[in-house]
Amino acid sequence: MTRRTLAVVSAGLGQPSSTRLLADQLAAATRDELARRGDTVDIRPVELREHAHDIVNHLLTGFPSPGLREVLDTATGADGLITVTPIFNASYNGLFKSFFDLVDAGALVDRPVLVGATGGTARHSLALEHAVRPMFAYLRAVVVPTTVFAAPEDWSAGTADGALRARITRAGAELAEQVHRRAPSTGPADPFALTTSFEDLLGGLGH
Amino acid sequence: MQFGVFTVGDVTVDPTTGREPTEHERIKAMVAIALKAEEVGLDVFATGEHHNPPFVPSSPTTMLGYIAARTQRLLLSTSTTLITTNDPVKIAEDYAMLQHLADGRVDLMMGRGNTGPVYPWFGHDIRTGIPLTLENYDLLRRLWREDVVDWQGKFRTPLQSFTSTPRPLDGVPPFVWHGSIRSPEIAEQAAYYGDGFFANHIFWPKEHTQRMVGLYRQRYAHYGHGSADQAIVGLGGQVFMRRNSQDAVREFRPYFDNAPVYGHGPSLEEFSAQTPLTVGSPQQVIDRTLSFRDYVGDYQRQLFLMDHAGLPLKTVLEQLDLLGEEVVPVLRKEFDSLRPAHVPEAPTHASLRAAAEQAAGPDDLAGAEAGR
Repeated sequence: MTRRTLAVVSAGLGQPSSTRLLADQLAAATRDELARRGDTVDIRPVELREHAHDIVNHLLTGFPSPGLREVLDTATGADGLITVTPIFNASYNGLFKSFFDLVDAGALVDRPVLVGATGGTARHSLALEHAVRPMFAYLRAVVVPTTVFAAPEDWSAGTADGALRARITRAGAELAEQVHRRAPSTGPADPFALTTSFEDLLGGLGH
Repeated sequence: MQFGVFTVGDVTVDPTTGREPTEHERIKAMVAIALKAEEVGLDVFATGEHHNPPFVPSSPTTMLGYIAARTQRLLLSTSTTLITTNDPVKIAEDYAMLQHLADGRVDLMMGRGNTGPVYPWFGHDIRTGIPLTLENYDLLRRLWREDVVDWQGKFRTPLQSFTSTPRPLDGVPPFVWHGSIRSPEIAEQAAYYGDGFFANHIFWPKEHTQRMVGLYRQRYAHYGHGSADQAIVGLGGQVFMRRNSQDAVREFRPYFDNAPVYGHGPSLEEFSAQTPLTVGSPQQVIDRTLSFRDYVGDYQRQLFLMDHAGLPLKTVLEQLDLLGEEVVPVLRKEFDSLRPAHVPEAPTHASLRAAAEQAAGPDDLAGAEAGR
């Protein structure tokens, strides 16, 4: 039995937030599938709203507050990452992008990611494919094939059921599959680690 | 232990008056700050080097040469010398000349510079910052240590039978510090050569500094220059003082809130908690500065940033009075009493010359004297 961590990053702005609701359902579906495969799962929710000021401060000063450091480490050090953003003006919201702008370029390489989004109309749904997926592709994360978009009509019964439920279950299974086949994460990368010696550095110049 | 000030040389509007000093006023203010530093008993004045507005110090050795002529004791340094975009041949010549004029009161801190557009103005590319740093500095060391240099590298034209003049004073090159915020390669470079390592320290959490200094110390020992606690470490600091700490906070806040580096971001209170910035009474500055030792060990040089963000010269000079009269004497005494005997002071021209003479032995020394 392997212990796995799932970081669940939600960029919802309202409270309560339908974005967070979708994030929680994606996390539960992933957890259930991992449990079925014999893994134990530690879910770590992150509400970016709570760190909005620290995110802007980091953009300006170049370093995170201790609280934001912990959140960044959670997001980049987990075995699997679930992210859900509201769609604003046909793309992720600014809070979501600002947060991931603070993630080092190599921090999510080969990390399984499940992306979801919420929006006021189903016409926003492809934003997951043309905006969110390419951003994670740039970071060389492994985004599972199924993305999950929830519009107001999906919540009409007050719970996710029908087509949305099926999609959540499928996406969660895909993320669980990617997490399960990998060795457990060794945690976030150390930016201060020396990865070469001086002889190699100077030798690379032909001296 | 050495104490001093380092300046960026920014021309910034005073947010409390809306007035921007002229470049001429700012340059003269930097000189006045250096002279004041000597007057109040500080040891070091270091100037930045920049080649873009709003900064004035594009020609550090001109300024330091002028200050050298008007001071007796003050050690003149840089924060930093751009080892990337300057030709190492010109650095070797300029600072050897300064060393002669200042009778050895010179050292340097090497830095890369982080402004992309500056690199192509000098024929380079910021993407090669680290390789440029390594090659240029390796050449600079040779130019100061070998009378005739044949050299070929990647980033400048080859040298054949080149002698950099004047030769370093007494045959002893200036001591070099390497400044870095978070590039482990630079800590490694400083350790490899047994040079000093200066952690900027002031705009980042102490954990950055702790990690970088720790790496430098470990690699310094690895390369056989001494034990880890004998490595030569310098730190930046940033303070604003008034006798009553509430007065300090009230007066500094508009400068903080509008400062070029961190303004319009975190609050003064948040930034003070997360970085070494200390705004308060002289005693608070003493206590905070002594705490640096807890996470970097015994260190050799403490430089304070005192004159940025549009603070008027009059205020900066008052700050230097407080620093020199009330803070540094206490810090000197406290740090000295805590430092074990086997931990050295920062190298100076005199100590490096004595070490070279000892290494050469009496016979060689006679030859060296005759040859000078």
